[in-house]
Amino acid sequence: MNAILANTPIPRDLPLPLPVPEWLLVVCLVVFFLVHILFVNLMVGGSVFVVIAEWMGLKDKRWDALAHEIAQTVTVNKSLAVVMGIGPLLCINLLYTMQWYSANALTGHAWLLIVPLVIVAFLLTYLHKYTWDTWNNGGKKTLHQLIGITAMLLFFFIPLIFLSNVNLMLFPSEWEKVRGFFSSLSIGNVLPRYLHFMAASIAMTGLFLAGWFGRKNADLSHLDDFTRPELRRLFYKVCAYVTLGQFALGPLLLFTLPSVGITTQVYLIIFSGAAVGLLTVWVLFGELKRDDTRIGSRYWLIVALFSIVVLGMGSGRHVYREAALAGHKAAIKDRTERYAAALADFNKNLAAAPVPAWQTAEQLFMNCAACHAPNVKLVGPPLTEIAQIYAGNPEGIVAWAKAPGKKRPELPQMPPFAHLGDPSLRRIAELMLEKGAAVK
Amino acid sequence: MDFPSFYLDHLAGGRLIIGLIASLHVLINHPLAVGAYPLLTWMEWWAHKNNRPDVDHLAYRITFVVFIVTTTVGAMTGVGIWLSTSLFAPFAIGSLLRVFFWGWFSEWLVFISEVALIMWWFLTWKKADTPEKKRKHIKIGVALSIMSWLTMALIVAVLGFMMKPGEWNQTRAFWDAMTNPLYLPQLGFRTFFALMTGSVFLWFASFFFTKTKNALNPEPRRLREWIVYRLSHVVLISLLGTFLFGTWYWNAVPETMKANSSVALLTQEFMNWHGQFQTLLGWTIIAFLVVGIGGLGSSFMIPRWALLIPSFMGIWLLGHFERAREFMRKPWVIGEYMYSNGVHKDELAFLQSEGLLKHATYVKHREITEANKAECGQDIFMLACSRCHSTTGLNGVIEKFTAMYGADKPWDSAGMQLFIKGMHQTRTFMPPFPGTDEEAGALVAYLQELHVSPQTLPGVQSVGIVIAPEASKPATAAAAQPTR
Repeated sequence: MNAILANTPIPRDLPLPLPVPEWLLVVCLVVFFLVHILFVNLMVGGSVFVVIAEWMGLKDKRWDALAHEIAQTVTVNKSLAVVMGIGPLLCINLLYTMQWYSANALTGHAWLLIVPLVIVAFLLTYLHKYTWDTWNNGGKKTLHQLIGITAMLLFFFIPLIFLSNVNLMLFPSEWEKVRGFFSSLSIGNVLPRYLHFMAASIAMTGLFLAGWFGRKNADLSHLDDFTRPELRRLFYKVCAYVTLGQFALGPLLLFTLPSVGITTQVYLIIFSGAAVGLLTVWVLFGELKRDDTRIGSRYWLIVALFSIVVLGMGSGRHVYREAALAGHKAAIKDRTERYAAALADFNKNLAAAPVPAWQTAEQLFMNCAACHAPNVKLVGPPLTEIAQIYAGNPEGIVAWAKAPGKKRPELPQMPPFAHLGDPSLRRIAELMLEKGAAVK
Repeated sequence: MDFPSFYLDHLAGGRLIIGLIASLHVLINHPLAVGAYPLLTWMEWWAHKNNRPDVDHLAYRITFVVFIVTTTVGAMTGVGIWLSTSLFAPFAIGSLLRVFFWGWFSEWLVFISEVALIMWWFLTWKKADTPEKKRKHIKIGVALSIMSWLTMALIVAVLGFMMKPGEWNQTRAFWDAMTNPLYLPQLGFRTFFALMTGSVFLWFASFFFTKTKNALNPEPRRLREWIVYRLSHVVLISLLGTFLFGTWYWNAVPETMKANSSVALLTQEFMNWHGQFQTLLGWTIIAFLVVGIGGLGSSFMIPRWALLIPSFMGIWLLGHFERAREFMRKPWVIGEYMYSNGVHKDELAFLQSEGLLKHATYVKHREITEANKAECGQDIFMLACSRCHSTTGLNGVIEKFTAMYGADKPWDSAGMQLFIKGMHQTRTFMPPFPGTDEEAGALVAYLQELHVSPQTLPGVQSVGIVIAPEASKPATAAAAQPTR
């Protein structure tokens, strides 16, 4: 299944070497991407928690207070999500230059929309956070909730654009079928990936908030009606059940992946990760069974286990990508090298060939012929007319060509030709007069 | 370029969008980040030292605006320059990333600390309620000021490099790219410019934050006089710095331009801009000087509305400066290395001899025939012209040729073909046509078709790609060996 189909584009790569060893870029890509996606998870998941808790707060005020507290984390995590995204973007641009930019172009409208959409979403999260205490009843509260929901929906949509690109770059043989962003969603397995990502967002935010509100020095003064163990249990629960759900969504993702990049190694890494995942869920549910005094004591063990799982999944994903693109990368390398060789050959011959020291007047006149024809007005006046005006005065043409004025309002202004130099201009002028006179 | 062509026909290929995003970014970065952070930190320090809670509160309110704007529009337009350039000029950004990896990578690390520091600084402002905590808090502001300047110092290297790569064209070494000849003058220019416009922005913000409903309350007025007087010093000193570095910068540029194009009097278009720019520069300096000197001498006389004028002038000036800087670089996207249509300097003669279509990937045909001539011309337009020109929209080729050959008479194909072959001589800001005579003929056929029936040209983001069948043949052979 690794064969490249006849309609796979094999472009030429940029003729500059990678600035760092490839393995280093790969390590950076895998690690930085996971850090980035963690904060994206907390931003997306956080916005969901905020919306749900605020809605629950309509009946029971303590949820409203909790929603407000979570909203404070979203605005910080969203900034970190952006800033941590730059490193992996840098790496993916370098490692997959030809595939990545092609996917960007093919989904171009949506890709460009990322900028305004993220700006609007971010501004809305601030508006939501800073109007919390003032827009707190009646129609204003509804408006406030709607702002939260709009921000959340934007946060739901934006990852889909990135996902469509990350997915599309893997399958160059499908590029010819793509007609814009929406059609790119039908290639590969965008939907299962998206579901897996969304579930991870909820689970990771649950884990984060269990630690955030559960930490010893957390300021819970605004959350009077919650106890620390209660908060820990609540968010642990969300994390545990959603992670359990990942054992359905994960395989769905894996088994809908196009077979082009599937290798034994991919399965090995993913299944090892899943095994650690199983252990993590087991520890999580164990934690939930503990009483209030002891819940949360295994927090860092759970975080460590999750990190291993995520690192495994991230590595598996990279191994799949490498396998899926191995043929394409090799073909690009080959084409780039052949082009470079032909180019070097050509330039060698060119350097060896004698350079004509002197352009003929006819050759020089080509600069003028685009606008001045023998006896019709093309852009500027015909040669016959020029020959009349400057009869016996080639220097007049030279002077004019160096700094043209504007005599005829109906014609566009002539550009200056001082860079050709006086001797060349003089020869052109003489040829013009000759040609102009010959027509008559 | 050998990438699928994203293209927005009505917007001159779409580079206008990069320009808008980039200008917005600079307009936020210079005054609100690089310029404002040190000034706001200084205000906080001064208020702490002289026990002036009103000054501290003003600084806090301005920082709130800075915080909101920089972490939303500021950050995302920065990323946006990259995202949009990836679409419009992947060949350029792709090359720059390979040259500037370490520059960008360190810029990223500094940027992470900048974002962390602005959040830390703003979000803990009101929690610093003891002198000890306040001193620590002021230090965060100092660190933030340094980091935000550093991000600019790193990224400016890229801009200077694109115009004048200097030694890099011979050595291809990162440090030569980084320390390009325009680096220091541009950095100095931007640093002082940022401080100047940062002060101007603080004036602007004070316009709103020293408003009062109670005319008898002297406090807002006292506060405004305080800030106008202090910042007048900064404006005037930075104005001098901007002027000195600007002169150095300006003198470093034209030499390259002379060497590049050997045209003493560039283009009429540029001359117009240059004239406008000088007038604008004059008025902006006058506006800054009047308010600055006025503020220095008798800050009580400066009316509230006068604080707004320098801001608008500053925005206008900065926009113009960036536009002129981008324009002057032409016909290069990376000076003496890559033309603005992505053709490398060293492959120009090769392509002119062998043809663009032969070596391109995303084209419909490899061989030009009578029947497919205009279709080939369209692909050639996309490859060679579309990074700067639209067909019938902004900066449209049809508009350009209409100005030359007239609106309602047939255009002379032979003349047009000659013009295309020699246009880099008459329009020195345009790259040489990178194809064969036959391809120039095909381009003319396409242009003639457009002239008769104007049609917008869609980009790959709407209509997808077509791959010339020959393009993949050798590649298929290469990929036939299993690589797994």
